[in-house]
Amino acid sequence: MNNPQQLRYSKEHEWLSDAAEGVSTVGITEHAANALGDVVFVQLPEVGDTVTAGETCGELESTKSVSDLYSPVTGEITEINQDVVDDPALVNTAPFEGGWLFKVKVSGEPDDLLSAEEYTAFAGG
Amino acid sequence: MTENPRLTALDSVHRALGATMTDFAGWDMPLRYGSERDEHQAVRTRAGLFDLSHMGEIAVTGPQAGLLLDHALVGNLSRLAQGRARYTMICDERGGIMDDLIVYRLADEQDTPRYMVVANAGNAQTVLDALVARQAGFDAAVRDDRDAYALLAIQGPEAAGVLAQLTDADLEGLKYYAGLPGTVAGVEALIARTGYTGEDGFELFLAPGDADKVWAALLDAGRDAGVVPCGLSCRDTLRLEAGMPLYGNELTRATTPFDAGLGRVVKFEKETNGGDFVGRGPLEEAARQAEQNPPRKLVGLVAQGRRVPRSGYSVVSAADGTVIGEVTSGAPSPTLGKPIAIAYVDAAFAEPNEDGASRVAVDIRGSHEAYDVVALPFYKRQR
Repeated sequence: MNNPQQLRYSKEHEWLSDAAEGVSTVGITEHAANALGDVVFVQLPEVGDTVTAGETCGELESTKSVSDLYSPVTGEITEINQDVVDDPALVNTAPFEGGWLFKVKVSGEPDDLLSAEEYTAFAGG
Repeated sequence: MTENPRLTALDSVHRALGATMTDFAGWDMPLRYGSERDEHQAVRTRAGLFDLSHMGEIAVTGPQAGLLLDHALVGNLSRLAQGRARYTMICDERGGIMDDLIVYRLADEQDTPRYMVVANAGNAQTVLDALVARQAGFDAAVRDDRDAYALLAIQGPEAAGVLAQLTDADLEGLKYYAGLPGTVAGVEALIARTGYTGEDGFELFLAPGDADKVWAALLDAGRDAGVVPCGLSCRDTLRLEAGMPLYGNELTRATTPFDAGLGRVVKFEKETNGGDFVGRGPLEEAARQAEQNPPRKLVGLVAQGRRVPRSGYSVVSAADGTVIGEVTSGAPSPTLGKPIAIAYVDAAFAEPNEDGASRVAVDIRGSHEAYDVVALPFYKRQR
């Protein structure tokens, strides 16, 4: 499993990009996407919503199950990925790229975000 | 489950293919190999290959094998012709469904009738125990044949063409719900035209030691036709679209065949013991009630939105939010492109509604999502 080096990761299997002008991009990892199977519906927070690190902010429906989406950081939603709302399969086909979920203006970070190496070990290789 | 899961004869094949495995009724089974939606579409448009070796085979043989099955099951199996198969059920004394079954009548051996009962993996022991208990007084033997067979299924519009490359058996003469012995890829098999996908297809019962050879031969013969290995995940969405019930979801000990809209499998006219069979009395009552005043009916639901109903979710009245039913199976339908469900609903809500004017909703984690009531099945193949 190739977890990009430049990202950081939560134990709920979200990834977080480095902030550019205070705004980070969030998605779910390839490991999580594979575990879910084909994603058919994503419910994302709305622009302007405040999300809290470690708390649910949406959901992902796959063929077999529904899973909560957790925010890896605290902050305000500045953008959601309309492409992934229209075509949820992007979560499976490009979890680290076109399948990103939302952008958030970070106001607080938990201290247990993982590096790529740490996440790879955490997710079982 | 604390015990080690059982492995099919194809376990190493699945692992080499990178399958995502899942525990199913004590068996470690392939859930999907890649995208379950792609596997689903392959079966609808080309063909898919399944390992179904978890299914439970039980042999019933002897001069009175048919009469024993007439007594033990709800169907009229003594009338089943050699080489034919029947979808039927086994009920308890109260008429509750213990399992749904496919019963194959094999060719007589020295004038002795032989049947093969195929039970769901999770119920096979229960069915075996019940058949043994109900065998008393009949000149027939019941034998656990679960370890005698691997079961492969090739399902989809290309299935017959692919299988025909590997067998001399007369597939064109083999009707739906019929089976005949033959060789596939040089290996002896019972070739049955049955399935659980809503497509044309075949199920191949063969010796476990031959399974990998036949699996590889079918994939090889099907390469140009686009045959792919398929897991249990797409099998579930395929059967759901085809409106086929699943034991544990639509069918339980608390439901009768009439509750499930499958009263046609119950045959009250039988030759055994003056027509007596296990569950007869309560089933006659269930038949009357279904005719006159059914409390609830099994219906199809199609989402107007995109959130997916799951087993156990409440169905509510769109008008006032009162609970009027329960989802038994739900999934995103690859063919319809929308979430679908099978649900038991109060009879007053069971009529299909006009397009758009939905009268029911499904409570999806607290929000009421509009659903249209439709007649089952959701999908019927073009013949």
